Amino acid sequence: MNMNLTLKIWRQKNAQDKGKMVDYKVTDISEHMSFLEMLDVLNEQLVSNNEEPVAFDHDCREGICGMCSLFINGEAHGPDRLITTCQLHMRKFKDGDTIYIEPWRAKAFPVIKDLIVDRMAFERIQQAGGFISVNTSGNTTDANAILIPKKDADLSMDAASCIGCGACVATCKNSSAMLFVAAKVSQFALLPQGKVEAADRVMNMVRQMDLEGFGNCTNTAACEVECPKGISLENIARMNREYLCASIAG
Amino acid sequence: MTTLNSKIPKGPIKDKWTDYKNKINLVNPANKRNIDIIIVGTGLAGGSAAATLAEQGYNVKAFAYQDSPRRAHSIAAQGGINAAKNYMGDGDSNYRLFYDTVKGGDYRSREANVYRLAEVSGNIIDQCVAQGVPLARDYGGQLDNRSFGGTLVSRTFYAKGQTGQQLLLGAYSAMNRQIGRGKIEMFNRHEMLDVVIVNGKARGIIARNLITGEIERHSAHAVVIASGGYGNVYFLSTNAMGSNATAAWKSHKRGAFFANPCFTQIHPTCIPRSGDYQSKLTLMSESLRNDGRIWVPKKLEDAKAIQQGKLKPTEIAEEDRDYYLERRYPSFGNLAPRDISSRAAKERCDAGYGVNATGEAVYLDFSSAIKRYGTEKARVLGIENPSKEKITELGEAVIEEKYGNLFLMYEKIVDENPYKTPMMIYPATHYTMGGLWVDYNLMTTVPGLYCIGEANFSDHGANRLGASALMQGLADGYFVLPYTIGDYLAPDIKTGKIPTDTPEFDQAEKEIKDKLDFFINNKGTHSVDYFHKKLGKIMWDKVGMARNEKGLKEAIVEIQQLREEFWKDVKVPGEISGMNTELEKAMRVADFLELGELFAKDALERKESCGGHFREEYQTEEGEALRDDVNFAFVSVWEYKGKPSDAVLHKEELKFEELELKTRSYK
Repeated sequence: MNMNLTLKIWRQKNAQDKGKMVDYKVTDISEHMSFLEMLDVLNEQLVSNNEEPVAFDHDCREGICGMCSLFINGEAHGPDRLITTCQLHMRKFKDGDTIYIEPWRAKAFPVIKDLIVDRMAFERIQQAGGFISVNTSGNTTDANAILIPKKDADLSMDAASCIGCGACVATCKNSSAMLFVAAKVSQFALLPQGKVEAADRVMNMVRQMDLEGFGNCTNTAACEVECPKGISLENIARMNREYLCASIAG
Repeated sequence: MTTLNSKIPKGPIKDKWTDYKNKINLVNPANKRNIDIIIVGTGLAGGSAAATLAEQGYNVKAFAYQDSPRRAHSIAAQGGINAAKNYMGDGDSNYRLFYDTVKGGDYRSREANVYRLAEVSGNIIDQCVAQGVPLARDYGGQLDNRSFGGTLVSRTFYAKGQTGQQLLLGAYSAMNRQIGRGKIEMFNRHEMLDVVIVNGKARGIIARNLITGEIERHSAHAVVIASGGYGNVYFLSTNAMGSNATAAWKSHKRGAFFANPCFTQIHPTCIPRSGDYQSKLTLMSESLRNDGRIWVPKKLEDAKAIQQGKLKPTEIAEEDRDYYLERRYPSFGNLAPRDISSRAAKERCDAGYGVNATGEAVYLDFSSAIKRYGTEKARVLGIENPSKEKITELGEAVIEEKYGNLFLMYEKIVDENPYKTPMMIYPATHYTMGGLWVDYNLMTTVPGLYCIGEANFSDHGANRLGASALMQGLADGYFVLPYTIGDYLAPDIKTGKIPTDTPEFDQAEKEIKDKLDFFINNKGTHSVDYFHKKLGKIMWDKVGMARNEKGLKEAIVEIQQLREEFWKDVKVPGEISGMNTELEKAMRVADFLELGELFAKDALERKESCGGHFREEYQTEEGEALRDDVNFAFVSVWEYKGKPSDAVLHKEELKFEELELKTRSYK
């Protein structure tokens, strides 16, 4: 069954503009459409009326690039679980619904335009320590010379599957980036290759996180619920342990 | 006239790369600080090149249209990366990977390049593990492998169904280390709109800041294009929405020759389209064909009933199912290469056996694998006489561990549970083997302009094997370009900074600004997407999985007309300054409208069938591709002459010294 919907969308010309919610109507929306395809329909409509289309971030449209970032009816990536906005389908809505669409809201993520935010804070945290300092010469040991228990490799992979979308920050009442940072710290802390500089890594990344103006973690765990990749809260516990050990070892 | 010189080193194929590296010019570490390199695109190829060149000491400026290098579409590669490690002890070797890749590419690639690719493949795995990429392990703690299409060994390394993500994040982390040190200057949300040639050499680019709309000049001693493929010429593809050909196409218009544009890969296992609003197609990893069996109903009446929703696939008896890949290609079965599997699906659907309402879908069924794994698991757990339900439960758990994220992705899109009912799949545009022509050094026909990864015409010939794109991207970026570019840059150590206040930069910037102004002021009647969708339809219908002379000639005329209409009637709202996503799209689609024509022209000229290029006039009685090695064992290399229809064809003859040209058979 096709749907007619009312959309309430955040419009903001640029970072300096104040911004406001604007109402739009879309009609004849198929339940098989993805949420972003529904916005495509709206934008085509706006272009044909000589209005500026709604700017939103998106790229791969298969839930892996981490570019898309909408707060839909008060939930990061909308009402479904374990997916990004681009994987959300209109069958989750019904005819006559009113849908509120907003950008990520966080001090560290300023709005660039409409629904697009600046996530450079995440980049700077990664640049502060989200790597293993190995040269890319290829002159390393044979890959199988390092044995890694399957359990550790799997846990590391689970942490590494973070897509850096920022839903955890947008969802958190404190706008904390702990889940994002913990995922990267955990990925390396679980692997022998990452242990060498584990202490420096966690100290540097946490310092940068604090500098960027993200809030503190108060263990409400909303981030875990809204994370499209199901990154576990255990990673935050692991990061806290790593941080504590590193601080004591000083 | 430029003559093509592939610069393949002399000597036995096994020694070429090593001997060559020993003899090329190097730039001393202190002098590298005086040299700037621009890299456009930060996927696996561009990201790994940026990190390595910066680490070597060059000043790197890297450009991405997304907000972070981590978003590049390499991230979406699911299945794996090939490497000739022979960890499985199943007879793999550099030579076998080389052979499989040349054969898989239907003997339309350059032997020396492919051998080098196979040679460095093992090193890629070592490198990635050292960087902390969590590749899958077995219970003994060693790396696990799986099998991919077109090979008889297991040489594919993987990280769940997110191998591209993990490898890209590895390259991204190496980049971050260099960005933190100030050796890479990263330009996110920037799009290259032209390359600047000074005295015959590539010396910079014109880029648009996508946030402010400003046009910027950037200079360097060499420019590397790593901007990916042009699959979005079809509008619908598995590429990201923003994937585009502009950097490569603009390079072509400035003198870089374009090779084999008609070699495009249509991937057999994608989720079928559901309606006209569709914006992209989603891939289901080829790794699924390790365990999934592909079939359609044997009886036409069953197919009709399914199409009308009156029959379910699970209600069709085993003997009434046509496992057509197993039937036609018994030795490779469901793991037949991509081009062959795609055509076989099209053949069945064209004959009326498709399994969804549009008739354009086939089944990918996991029930046999669930039963097989479930039985095995019950035995391991010591469960005697397990019930059918228990076997299914155990088997589903094994499948979930292997492909859980892919199954979830499918369920979210299609709203059906693929554990209980077979997946529906259909071929879709995925990868482009064609691209800018490069020599053995990965340099285009413009001195100082390099091209790596999917953007070059690459090592994949007329068809790429699964799990080879990641291998090529990282090989180019980590291990090939960083050597070969030094040979070119060695004489440049005393050149000094390249100034940007020169007539060449003025001219290039003016052309771009005029074009942007044009779009904003044109105020036509149709949106950019309107034209892009029309182009996509022409390409898919007439330059798609099966092509013929009549269709290709029509396509060329239709694309020319569409392009004319676009320039008259396109509407781009908004302003030239600030962020304007419609304006970004207009610039990209303008280039696709030219590339599409050259693509069709190339397909028309290649009067043979090979790999992903299937000309209906050239097929065997059994419907297999009929290659013509006497007349077409060459790379088609196009020189731009003002418009696509005037492009001049050059030929790089392919010499097969190591391998014998044979009919490619997977039967």
